[in-house]
Amino acid sequence: MEKTRNFHDKLIVSSAPHIVTDSDTTKVMGTVLLALLPAFVAGVYVFGGRVVLLAIACVISAVGFEWLYNLITHKEQTIGDLSAAVTGLLIAFNVPASLPIWMGVLGSFVAIVVVKQLYGGIGKNFVNPAITARIFLFISFSAQMTTWPLPRTAASADAVTGPTPLNLLAGGETSKLPSNMEMFLGFIGGSVGEVSALALLIGGIFLIWRKVISPIIPAAFLGTVFVIAFLNYGFSLHMAIFHLCAGGAMLGAFFMATDYVTTPKLPMGKLIFGIGCGVITMAIRIWGSYPEGVSFSILLMNICTPLINRLTYKYYCGGGKDEK
Amino acid sequence: MSQGKHLPSILVPHHKNTAGRETEVMPIPDVVRISMSQSIGAPCKPLVQKGDYVKVGQKIGDSDAFISAPVHSSVSGTVKDIVPFRGSMGGTETHIVIETDKEQAVSEEVKIPEINSFDDFIKAVRASGMVGLGGASFPTYVKLSPKNLDECDTLIVNGAECEPFITADNRMMVEQGQDVLDGVKIIMEHLDLKKGYIGIEENKPDAIANLNRLIEQEGLTNVETFKLQSRYPKGAERVLVYEVTGKVMDAGVLPAQLGIILDNVTTVAELGRYFRTGMPLVRKRVTVDGDAVNDPKNVFAPIGAQIADIVDFCGGYKAEPKKIVMGGPMMGRATNSDESPIMKNTGSLLIFGQEAAQVKEETACINCQRCHSACPFGLMPQIFAEAYERRDVDRLNKFRVMQCMGCGSCSFICPARRPLAMTNTLAKGLVKEAMKK
Repeated sequence: MEKTRNFHDKLIVSSAPHIVTDSDTTKVMGTVLLALLPAFVAGVYVFGGRVVLLAIACVISAVGFEWLYNLITHKEQTIGDLSAAVTGLLIAFNVPASLPIWMGVLGSFVAIVVVKQLYGGIGKNFVNPAITARIFLFISFSAQMTTWPLPRTAASADAVTGPTPLNLLAGGETSKLPSNMEMFLGFIGGSVGEVSALALLIGGIFLIWRKVISPIIPAAFLGTVFVIAFLNYGFSLHMAIFHLCAGGAMLGAFFMATDYVTTPKLPMGKLIFGIGCGVITMAIRIWGSYPEGVSFSILLMNICTPLINRLTYKYYCGGGKDEK
Repeated sequence: MSQGKHLPSILVPHHKNTAGRETEVMPIPDVVRISMSQSIGAPCKPLVQKGDYVKVGQKIGDSDAFISAPVHSSVSGTVKDIVPFRGSMGGTETHIVIETDKEQAVSEEVKIPEINSFDDFIKAVRASGMVGLGGASFPTYVKLSPKNLDECDTLIVNGAECEPFITADNRMMVEQGQDVLDGVKIIMEHLDLKKGYIGIEENKPDAIANLNRLIEQEGLTNVETFKLQSRYPKGAERVLVYEVTGKVMDAGVLPAQLGIILDNVTTVAELGRYFRTGMPLVRKRVTVDGDAVNDPKNVFAPIGAQIADIVDFCGGYKAEPKKIVMGGPMMGRATNSDESPIMKNTGSLLIFGQEAAQVKEETACINCQRCHSACPFGLMPQIFAEAYERRDVDRLNKFRVMQCMGCGSCSFICPARRPLAMTNTLAKGLVKEAMKK
């Protein structure tokens, strides 16, 4: 047999390990997109075909802005990691179905260019792009951002828009509140992707099962909302469940307060983050001038994240004993 | 016994493709290159000259340094050359190149050691040339003569073999179970140890069954097999100590300081064999696997056999090799040449073709902290990488970078394919450098 040999200096010499996991950022973001699917379907069902248009516009513009930014600044293309697509879809989820398309596109611009790319792109932004875009739109176009199309179950000839359950609560019209079952299923007014607690719960549990997110933040966030509502309304289980299903609590807790980049690194930090989100959300809902506080709570806790990290770092754990 | 608590670990694909195949003895190659740097201690000085005739088991290299182990010829033949060689460890080693005569004439130096005292025992262990065969290459006689010997009561034998692909230890436990027990008995007797554990991952039922059978047959009441989870890196020394005893072993601490003597299972078995035959460590069971080799199998190869010759015995290259790893895929070293010889600590040769050899492109960190969750010691590789980039020694120390044992779990698990294990190693180098100043 002829000897094949002397592959001297033709071999790749790299540092160990020489095998890596199959998972990559694209797969992580793809899983998040998949987890958002039930809520998307619920949104389309509740508010109709315009949701599809809005979602496509937001996703395409978010990806497009990232592509363009990278092109102009001569950076390596990063749109393949799907994170811009996730941001775009989350923007669509966070606005009313009736929002003018160009406003959604503007939201994508703020999220991708201002919040994400100018700070260095994926992994470098210090606040959640979709949340910040929502708040930007909310402050800039308060009329369009608070005009809520009625769900198909409530739509009639003489009315196409109406208040969200939290609007009703803030206005003191508690007798008009939908039932908790309607709240849970999502036959209520609100942003495109936040109405169906059931659909979001399915997506959230899927992410936890796939080990994409840790359950700590959603559990702490929603747990805090539940407890504060329960206590605030005189031990009312009904109102506690109402607040869990109302507004953006589920969407925020599972999909936005769990963003890796803008939330604390370690379990103890995540716990503090989640509780903080719950407290701020309920403080705004109960005492604030806005009916809803989820986005502000996440944004504020994003800003606190470096501090929370500093307070909760663990330096070495050789098996049970943690060294500070 | 199981203390029931586990350190964080990861699931890696096992790829134990060669587990069921009996080890085959390869023919003696025309040439072997025996390295003088086969232990973690001082390199040996050649004791032979160009033109000398050497025999199997003859000592051809030794050193006066405290931490060192002699090197023996694995073949009979003529010393053709003594040359420097750029080795897989990065530095330059001295190689004794021997042209074999295929006679395998055994040296007169080879005789069964006579043991009348503990000193005799340690001298014999040193004379065997034994080093940690799991990869660390720490001279075994140093490990077996700790200062606090009277405080040591436990022997842990490391048969975890948690690296993917490698099955050499597994095959050894199946084929040479008696040698393992002989080694265990000798060590426990001379070091007066009370209890012995042989830690094996539960994905090696044949090895566990064989050793259990032999333990029962011999009526050993103070030795038992210890089933480990089939997860990575249960075979890392500090992890194994924790899994078996629950004792936390910090970096820089020797097992003996915790009252434990810990050795690799092949080291122990080779010692058992040495005390029976007197033949020092001259051949090694090596797993040859990877997508660019025709016939993956376990091979008995003389130490110093070149990779190309071993691959020839395994049916040759299936495709052009692009990366050759000496050791496991998680911690092994990529060598630059298939002329590199196998060393005492080489447990496997992985021959990777084009696709498997490619280093995956690195993307931005997304702060998912999987690196932290994967770390057996809960370290934060992401922070090490950031701090290393800024050359921030204080921060590296604050986050205990020196506790990293380089298992590679962080790099493996990273969805952004960041070479975290490499940065950890560079960061440790930086800290060591700073400490010198």
